[in-house]
Amino acid sequence: MSSGPQPTLAAASDVAAVELTRVAVAFGAHQVLTEVSLRVAAGVRLGLIGPAAAGKSLLLKVIAGLCAPDAGTVAVLGQEVTGKREAELGPLRQRIGMLFQNPALFDFLTVAGNVAFPLEQRGGHSPEQLAALVAERLRAVGLAGSEARWPAQLSGGMKKRVGIARASIARPELLLYDEPTAGLDPVTSRKIFDLLDADQRATGATLITASSDVVALLGFVDVIAFLHGGVIRHLGPVAELAAATDPELARFLAGTLDAAAPPHAAPPHAAPPHATPPAPPAEPSA
Amino acid sequence: MTALVTSLGRSVLALGRELGGLILLGARLLHALVTWRRGAPDARELWSALHRMGNRSVPIVLATALFAGGLMAIQAGTFVKKLGATGLAGWGAGYAVLREIGPILIGLMFSGRVGANTTAELATMTVTEQLDGLRALAIDPLRYLILPRVLAMTFMLVVLTVLGDLVALVGSSIVGYTVLGIEWSTMYFSFADNLAPADFLHGVTKSVAFGGAIALSSCHFGISVRGGAAGVGRAVNASVVSSAVAIVVLDFFLTYVTA
Repeated sequence: MSSGPQPTLAAASDVAAVELTRVAVAFGAHQVLTEVSLRVAAGVRLGLIGPAAAGKSLLLKVIAGLCAPDAGTVAVLGQEVTGKREAELGPLRQRIGMLFQNPALFDFLTVAGNVAFPLEQRGGHSPEQLAALVAERLRAVGLAGSEARWPAQLSGGMKKRVGIARASIARPELLLYDEPTAGLDPVTSRKIFDLLDADQRATGATLITASSDVVALLGFVDVIAFLHGGVIRHLGPVAELAAATDPELARFLAGTLDAAAPPHAAPPHAAPPHATPPAPPAEPSA
Repeated sequence: MTALVTSLGRSVLALGRELGGLILLGARLLHALVTWRRGAPDARELWSALHRMGNRSVPIVLATALFAGGLMAIQAGTFVKKLGATGLAGWGAGYAVLREIGPILIGLMFSGRVGANTTAELATMTVTEQLDGLRALAIDPLRYLILPRVLAMTFMLVVLTVLGDLVALVGSSIVGYTVLGIEWSTMYFSFADNLAPADFLHGVTKSVAFGGAIALSSCHFGISVRGGAAGVGRAVNASVVSSAVAIVVLDFFLTYVTA
């Protein structure tokens, strides 16, 4: 539900990487997602913001097919996810990379084992190729030489970076990052967003990043979605965020939103939220 | 009264939920075994589980079996000496060891050591989202993590029971000679003449059932954990208790059916 006109930016691609229609998820009597509709065009960098417990992580899990919605439909990379069995989702999941809020590194594998895991399971790479790819990814996240270490020997920030390396090593078409910079100092946080930025430019992947680090996130993404009260209350380009009219969003950005209080009604909207990438800057004329 | 009925109803529902979960997991494992070709268990995980669960359990199982065998010799020896039938001491001790004490004691030891460890490991992986991490990478946790553990637990309990049976018979002989003064040869011929292969197979059959029950219980409670560290503790507790109950109940029915 956008607070203003829908983004009218030129789309690099009309193909939807993610399309959610009236998605609802409840745990017992607790309705977390009430009615989430969202269309994310391929190649977009979408930032997902919202107060704590708004359902950001859950929304990412719904997109990845890890949590089945109670109602609504989910289509990812052109494939219907809703109603599919685990085995049927396998090929699709190989095209998705995900970083969990808790990095979810496998305790029984070393850092190298964790990072190599997605490629190793798919096969087709020699041990030498795998080692080279792992070394390149670890170097990119600033953990060169950490191959032999175990997850238990890493700090929280290092685990996050290993998680990012694992999520991105197979060059997936869709990357879902849940709090990629949580617990990191501002310098490392900046480096991580720079890395994500460089990776995305190189691969053209669609990125959906949920983060509480709103300031850093705004400098990285093209489009912002504000999730609160179980719905997307605002969706629009970062540049238009200051002009957003949703009072709840304004309070959230000002740090005065009471997440426990029931949200006010969302502003009316004309069409389901539709995120498209911003137009590239005009080429300077000769 | 209402509170009592409510509490009873909750307990019955909780029991039904756990039993349903166990049956469902068993059915899914069976399906994974039948459709083996679609995705065989990870060989590295299977090998690692066999080593962790089997090799490392050998010392504690052998120590338990040695003393259990000796204990049976003392219990049987009291009567055979009174009756002057020392030739039956080995049979008395061996019969109890092979058919009952061996599988039960080793099963309980295995449940406490391996079952509890497996539940704690899987529960920790669940609460730290490692199972979701596998699913997100298109890896089925059932085939990758659970099936190798179930196969390893079931197989290794049988191996440990066979080893334990042998050591328990040695323990019986040592106690028979040193405590009861029964000759080695008397004990040996008492085993050889009176114990049938059926006695040994009876115990082995039980160990297969116990291994399967421990594996199913420990994996079910591990992957269905709720909450953080406290949840892991509760899961381990539930796993050990349910495994012990399953061992005793299965033992009763297997003994009853084959008696």
